[in-house]
Amino acid sequence: MSTAPTTERASLLSFRDVAMAFPDGTVALHSVDLTVRRGEFVSVVGPSGCGKSTLLRIASGLENATEGDVGLATDRIGYVFQDPTLLPWRTTRRNVELLAELHGEGRTRRTASAQEAIDLVGLKGFEEHLPRQLSGGMRMRASLARSLTLNPEVFLFDEPFGALDEITRQRLNDELIRLFHEKQFAGLFITHSVAEAVYLSTRVVVMSGRPGTLVAEYDVPFDVPRDPEVRFSAEFAELVGTISHALREAH
Amino acid sequence: MTTADTVPAPAQRRRDASGVGQWGPPLALAALLVTAAYLGNAALGQRSFLLPQPHQVLEKLWDPTSAPEIWTALWRTTVVSLTGLAIAIVIGVTWAIIMNQARWAERALFPYAVMLQAIPILAITPLIGFWFGYDFTARVVVCVIIALFPMVSNTLFGLQSVDKSMRELFMLQGPSRSTVLAKLSMPAAMPAIFAGMRISAGLAVVGAIVGEFFFQRGTPGLGSLINKYSARLLSEELFASVLVASLLGVAIFLIFGWLGKRAVGKWYDFG
Repeated sequence: MSTAPTTERASLLSFRDVAMAFPDGTVALHSVDLTVRRGEFVSVVGPSGCGKSTLLRIASGLENATEGDVGLATDRIGYVFQDPTLLPWRTTRRNVELLAELHGEGRTRRTASAQEAIDLVGLKGFEEHLPRQLSGGMRMRASLARSLTLNPEVFLFDEPFGALDEITRQRLNDELIRLFHEKQFAGLFITHSVAEAVYLSTRVVVMSGRPGTLVAEYDVPFDVPRDPEVRFSAEFAELVGTISHALREAH
Repeated sequence: MTTADTVPAPAQRRRDASGVGQWGPPLALAALLVTAAYLGNAALGQRSFLLPQPHQVLEKLWDPTSAPEIWTALWRTTVVSLTGLAIAIVIGVTWAIIMNQARWAERALFPYAVMLQAIPILAITPLIGFWFGYDFTARVVVCVIIALFPMVSNTLFGLQSVDKSMRELFMLQGPSRSTVLAKLSMPAAMPAIFAGMRISAGLAVVGAIVGEFFFQRGTPGLGSLINKYSARLLSEELFASVLVASLLGVAIFLIFGWLGKRAVGKWYDFG
């Protein structure tokens, strides 16, 4: 069962009646209400093109909502893109240092934080490799490490593992949930894989087709840190089934 | 934690086919052309000066009556080309950076870059002599005009090729424009800039020779010699100086290709 009742924890990210219409008239989001608290990991699943990514873009400030309020209780925000977005001319170390560098941190501090993050994601020994010398999974790890250097309180993930093979994806899921357990950030994770959402999250929300709005919400009853074997339990399969069903109806 | 993601094989370098595979065909073709030159020379009989024998052409490159003049001219042409190229690089990159700052700046400036490209250089050469005198400066100006466009267009293309999500990655940290330029756009544009340099380098040699052809004041360059030899029907010297000019173009092209590979080859397959 979930560790603490969510009501006791501080809300770090909230959407209140948020709507988003693009200048061309497409309505991407429609009356979205969602709160993510510290120590919560919320996944959003939905049909493709339903505005899931727009939700993250609004949360991070890359886009402005046309209606509603977005509350952000911290300025330490991590954002992991669909692609690893590593600078191809920089080594792993220099890529991981990038954000601290952009914030004007001194060399010794950023080298230290980069090394810590690199160790944390298991890229030790690959510090001097260029992105082209890394596998897809390792590039994603580097991307994750880069965000970790900001020590984010709100961590946004835009389908980061979608392009990876199943085994690598599962492995990175394990790493991510361990990081979440360690750091207790507020996570908002976009994916189109229901199984991934259930495995990673403390809560899964289902979004409808465009214009996207949240139509269902499920608490995930498994403990964090999560036993990888939980994936093969009947309870897990049942929850995945229920959510998949809701997702199909939301289409 | 343990990581067991498989490490890919080191990024594969483009295979350096050395030896027969790479050099065989072009050398065979060269041999064929040389043979054709001898045959043509023999066939022309009385008018054989139209196509001198290759070894007679080569002799002019160490014949004391012509060699000093040709080698001095080569050096002169090299200096003019490299000066013009350097100026074209600085102006071209700056021009592109300005255009990359705002849509309206691009709209305002790009047509002129295209116009520069479209100007028939021979048509404005007299004007250039008129304004800049008939020596070194005017030659360099011709060079710059010819070599500028690839620098402008390649740099602009490079700056604009930056991936949208990379740009957003930076934006999320709220950096200044100059930081984005220095840490993202410029490094990302380097392969395109070096490709532009390689094209411009070849054009700079053309520009130098055209300039020298028309602006005869000062130390003669290869263009000056070509002009002189053709007027005097000195066909062996003429062929020798054309050969040297071509080799200069090839050498500069190769040097800039090598420089590009040195600069960005680690992370980009620089052709």
